[in-house]
Amino acid sequence: MWLFWLFRRRCIKVNTMHDMVLEVVNRLLLPFIQLFGMYILFHGHLSPGGGFSGGAVIGASLILYSLTFRFARIKHRIDHDTSVFFEAAGALIYVAVGFVGLFFGYNFLTNRGVFPLGVPGQLWSSGMILIITLALGAKVSGTILSLFQELLEGGSDERGNP
Amino acid sequence: MLQAINILLLVFLVVCAVVVARTKDLLSAVIIFGAYSMVMSIIWQQLHSPDIAITEAAIGAGATSLLFLAAISRTRRHEE
Repeated sequence: MWLFWLFRRRCIKVNTMHDMVLEVVNRLLLPFIQLFGMYILFHGHLSPGGGFSGGAVIGASLILYSLTFRFARIKHRIDHDTSVFFEAAGALIYVAVGFVGLFFGYNFLTNRGVFPLGVPGQLWSSGMILIITLALGAKVSGTILSLFQELLEGGSDERGNP
Repeated sequence: MLQAINILLLVFLVVCAVVVARTKDLLSAVIIFGAYSMVMSIIWQQLHSPDIAITEAAIGAGATSLLFLAAISRTRRHEE
């Protein structure tokens, strides 16, 4: 099914910068890049990596996606408001998780005593670290994609082209 | 053997850094800078820092090159 979707010819009528090689390579590589990024995010407290690394990998994959399908499909494109929303939501979740410890009478960002700690070495073994890592991943990937969109689409150049 | 590979990587890194500074074509400079970041990520892995290696491979070779390409597409390609 995935291979069928991969090599199906989708003719785009209105295009200015449509590249066949870029689109096929994108369809080949994008699931694996995002799967690796989610692996880094979810194993941030067990193995090397964490919020910034996984968010950077996912952000690079989102840049590749928006570079390919920027002109092709209006329905599937990621606009600037969405990336800014993910960026702000990541920071907000981070602060909200920090205030949970403050609400129960501990310090800011307290982990032990507030969140349930599992067995060490397993995936659910870190309390709030996993939530914070996911929020950081959303923040970093949104920031990278927002930087790229701001640079490529914001304003007009010196010749007046948008 | 491993030390020879490390020395080779470091020499390649120095050559890449010098060539990036001396290239007049900015698109070539961006591509050489991507190769620099990739070799730098392997060196971070050899220095027992896989966290920084993942970040360098994603940011340095992926996102920064694309940001430079976007900046070149908005301005000129050749340095005067």
